[in-house]
Amino acid sequence: MIAADELVGITVASVSPRKQAYLRFKEHKAAVGSVFVLTVLVLAVLLTPLTARYGVNEPVIDIKVAKNQFLPPRSEAWFGTDDIGRDIYSRLLYGVRVSLLIGLASAIISVVIGVAVGAIAGLKGGLFDDIMMRVTDIFLAFPILVSLLVMRNVLGAISWMKPIIGELSSVRFLIFLFAIFGWMGVARVVRAQVLSMREREFIEASRAIGAKNGHIIIRHMLPNSVGPILVALSLSVVGAIISESTLSLFGYGPNVGAGSTSLGLLVGGSAKAARAGYWWLVVFPFAALLIITLCISFIGDGLRDATEPKASGGRA
Amino acid sequence: MIRFVLRRLLWAIPTLLLVTFLVYCAIRIGTDPVQSYKRANSRLTAKKIAEFKEINGLYEGFGGYVRGYFQWLKGFLTGDWSKSIFRNGDVWPVLKNALANTLVLGITASTLGIIIGNALGVFAALRPGRLRDTAVNSAALVGLSIPPFVSAIILQLVFAIYWQRWFGGGSLFPTSGVYPPGHSGFDLFLRIKHMVLPVTVVAIQTIAVYSRYMRASLLDVMNSEYLRTARSKGVSERRVLVRHALRNALIPVTTLAFLEVGSIVGGLIITENLFEYPGMGRYFLNAYSSGDFPQLMPWMVIIVASVIVFNLLADIVYAFLDPRIRLD
Amino acid sequence: MSEALKLTDFRVSFPTLSGDVQAVRGVDHAVNQGELLAVVGESGSGKSVTFLGLMGLLPNSAVIGGSAVLDGVELVGADPKVVRRARGKKIAMIFQDPLSSLNPVQRIGVQIVEMIQSHQDMPKRAASTRAVELLDMVGIPQPDQRSLQYPHEFSGGMRQRVMIAMAIANEPAVLIADEPTTALDVTVQAQILEVLQRIKTELNAAIVLITHDLGVVARVADRVEVMYAGRPAEMGSIDALFDHPSHPYTVGLMRSLPSSDRARLVPIPGAPPNMLAPPSGCAFRPRCPHAAPVCAGDVPSLRPFGDLETACVRAEEIAAELIEAVR
Repeated sequence: MIAADELVGITVASVSPRKQAYLRFKEHKAAVGSVFVLTVLVLAVLLTPLTARYGVNEPVIDIKVAKNQFLPPRSEAWFGTDDIGRDIYSRLLYGVRVSLLIGLASAIISVVIGVAVGAIAGLKGGLFDDIMMRVTDIFLAFPILVSLLVMRNVLGAISWMKPIIGELSSVRFLIFLFAIFGWMGVARVVRAQVLSMREREFIEASRAIGAKNGHIIIRHMLPNSVGPILVALSLSVVGAIISESTLSLFGYGPNVGAGSTSLGLLVGGSAKAARAGYWWLVVFPFAALLIITLCISFIGDGLRDATEPKASGGRA
Repeated sequence: MIRFVLRRLLWAIPTLLLVTFLVYCAIRIGTDPVQSYKRANSRLTAKKIAEFKEINGLYEGFGGYVRGYFQWLKGFLTGDWSKSIFRNGDVWPVLKNALANTLVLGITASTLGIIIGNALGVFAALRPGRLRDTAVNSAALVGLSIPPFVSAIILQLVFAIYWQRWFGGGSLFPTSGVYPPGHSGFDLFLRIKHMVLPVTVVAIQTIAVYSRYMRASLLDVMNSEYLRTARSKGVSERRVLVRHALRNALIPVTTLAFLEVGSIVGGLIITENLFEYPGMGRYFLNAYSSGDFPQLMPWMVIIVASVIVFNLLADIVYAFLDPRIRLD
Repeated sequence: MSEALKLTDFRVSFPTLSGDVQAVRGVDHAVNQGELLAVVGESGSGKSVTFLGLMGLLPNSAVIGGSAVLDGVELVGADPKVVRRARGKKIAMIFQDPLSSLNPVQRIGVQIVEMIQSHQDMPKRAASTRAVELLDMVGIPQPDQRSLQYPHEFSGGMRQRVMIAMAIANEPAVLIADEPTTALDVTVQAQILEVLQRIKTELNAAIVLITHDLGVVARVADRVEVMYAGRPAEMGSIDALFDHPSHPYTVGLMRSLPSSDRARLVPIPGAPPNMLAPPSGCAFRPRCPHAAPVCAGDVPSLRPFGDLETACVRAEEIAAELIEAVR
C-alpha cells in the first residue's frame, strides 16, 4: 500500500498578507513607475538649494545688463522667465515644495479626523452616523469650488478661529480649509470598512473576550483598513493640490509673501500668460502639476489593487 | 412603487428647506450683505442702512437668522425677490440667461459623454484585458486626472495664439464669450463656433467618466451566471449581449446619468470663467466676488433644487429599472 | 429505449499560463430516453465540465475532443450555430444556484417566453400562455400571477422549479441538472427530485443528474456513473452499485456518508489530484488503500465486471474486501 499522504498536488508556500499586497502592487507597472518618478521629484524639491539654479526671487539676468522679462526657455533659464525675470525652473522647485506641504499636511489632518469620525459612525451607528452621512451628503452635493469659496468666507468670518487656522488666505488657513473637505471622503471610506467588518467573526471573538470599542477599532479594524485609508489619503492629497491651483486661478490662492511661491500660484498665472502667448509660463507649471497628480493617482490605483484583489485581471 | 416615490418626495421637501437654510446662513456670514451694501453706495445714512436691513430681513442672532430665512423664503416663493446690490436691477433676467447658457453647454457635453463614453466603455469591456481595454481605461484615467482648467487653458493657448501664428488669419475656434463682441441677435453657426472649445473641455471629463463607469458595469455583468443560462437556452450571442448583458449594465449607468445631469448647473464654473462664457458659473463668481447676497441666494436655490430633484429622479429611475430595489 | 446522448472518449482541456488543465480525460457513456443517469464525483472531477463542454457553454479557449452525439447529431467540432440551435431545443440545462442563474430584472414569464420563442414560431401571447402552463406543470401555485413576478420574489425551491419549467419548454430529449438541489433545504430537495422524476416519465426525457450527494442519487437514479479526475471510475445500475461497488473510490464515497448503520465517518485520505499533471495510470492511486504497482500502468478504461462497468484494474482481486467495507 502506497503511503496515503503522498501529495500529488501543488504545494503552496504561505505568504504573509503584507508581502502579498507588496507583490500585487509591484504588478501594477504604472504605480511602480510613479513611485520612482515621484521619489525623484520629491528629492529634487527637498534638496532645493542644490537643485535650484537661482533663488526664488532672483532675476536670471540683471536688468541693467539686458532685458530679462518673459524670456522663452534658454540656457540661462531652462523653463524661461516670468514678468520680472525670475527663473521658472527654480521657482517651480520651490513652489512644488510649498504645495506638497499644503497637500500632505491637509491630507494628514483629513485622515486623522476622518478615521476618528468614520470609525465611530460605523461602529456606533445610530444618530451620530445618520447626521454624519447627511452632512457629508450635503457638502458633496455642491460644486466643489462653490463649497470651497463659501467655506473659505465663512471660516474667515469666524473671528475666534483665527488663532488656530490663521489669516484668510494664509498657508495655514488653506491647509485647514482643504482638511475640512478632505475628511469627509476618508470618513466615508472608513465607515464602510468598519461596517463590513463589524459583523465578522474575529470582531465577535474580540468582543467575547471583553474588548472595548476603542480597542477593537485601534487593534483590529484600522490595521485591516490600511489599504483603503491609504487610497483615500492619496485622493486627499491630489484634491488639495488641485484645489489650491483652482483657487489660485481666480485669485484666491495662498498668500505666501514675496519671498516664496507655490505651484498653485504658478499655475494660477497661466490663464493670463496663455492669452499673451507665453507658453512656457503655462506648459511647465501644468506639466509639474500633471506629473504630481498623475503619479499620486497611479500610486493610489496600485494601492487599491494591492489591497483589494479582484479575481481575474483587467479591472482597474 | 408609488409608495416608494411618495416617500422619497416627502423626504425631499424638508431636506430642501434645511439645506437652503444652511446655505442662507453660510452666505450671510460669509459675504456680509451690509458691508457689501456700504461698498456699493457711497453716501449712506443710518436710516438707509436700517431700511436695507429691514427689507432684506438681515436680523442679528440665531433667532434673527431664522426669522430672516423665513422672510427671505416667503419673498422667494412669491416672486418678490430683492434687487441686486451692485447691479441695481432685477436678479431673475440675468439669472435666467445664465441658466439657459449653462444648460446648453452642459447638455451638449453630457450628451457627447453619454454617447461616446458608453460606446467606448462597451468597446473596452467586450475584450477585457486586451489592448483596447487597457487603452480605453488608461485614456479615461488620464482624462479624469487632467483638471478642466488645464485642458481649457491649453486649448486657449493653441487656438487663441498659435493657430494664428501657424495658419494665419483669425482663430479657428474663438476662445471667449458666446458671440463676437458687438454681435447682436441669434446666429446658430457663430454660437456653435464659440461653443466648440468649452464643450470639448467638459466633454473630456464626461466621456472619461461614462466610459469607466460603463466598462466596470458591463464587466461586472459579463461575469453573471444568468448570461450562461441565456446561452444554454440557445439564445444568439448578439441577443445575449444586448438584451441581457447591456440592458442590465445600463442600469447603474442610467442612475449615474441622472446624477451627472443634476450637477450640470453648478459644475461648469471653471470652464465658463476661463472662456468668459456667460453661464451660471460666471454669474456665481461675479456675485461672489462682489458679495452680492440677493444675487447669490437664488443661484444657490437653483443648484440645491437641481441636485435634490435629480437625485430623487435617479432613485426613482433606478427602482423602475431594477425591481430588486423596490423592496423598501 | 434509444440513446439520447452518447459520449465517446470525450475530452476537455483548458490552456493556462502554467500548462493545460485536463479537466475531462476521456469519458464514455450513454444516456437513454426515459432514464435518469446520476453522475457523481467530487468538485473538480469534471462532471459539470463534461456537459458544459458538449453544450458549447465553456469559454472559447477550452479545447474539446472526442465525440458527443446528441439525437444523431455530432456536437464535437460542429458548427457553433448547430450547437447553439440544439441548446434549449434538444438539450437543456438547469444550474445549481437558481437565483444567480435567472436574470434579476426580467419577469419569470418573459424569461420562459424567450426560451420558447428561441425555438418555436409562436406569437408572444401564445408563448405567455404556454409559459403559465409550464409553471403549472412543475407545481407552482397561481402560475398566471407568478409568471409576472421577478426571481427575487420566489423562494429557492420555487426558483428551481421555474428553471425546470424553462428547461422543458421545448420538450428536450436530454435534460442536464447540474447540482440542482445543493443550494436547497433537504425538504425542498425531495420536492425538486420528485419534479424531475415526473418529467422523466411524462416527457420520456433522458435526465442527467450531476451531484456529489449519494443520498440524492439513491432516491431517483436509474443508473449511476462515478467520476474521478476527469474519467469515469465505475458505472452501473443503482441497485448494483450500492450493493456491490467495484471501485475503491466509490467505496470511499459511501463510507464518508453519514448513515444510520455506520458508526464512524471514514474520509478519503489525501487531496484531489492536480489536473495540470494528473498521476500516471489510475488517478486515484495515491489515495487508494488497495493500490499496487499494476495501477501505475496505462490509464484504465471502463470494462464490464459482472453487472457493472469498472475502471479498477484490480477489481476482481479486491471485490470481497470492498463489499466487506460497505456492509
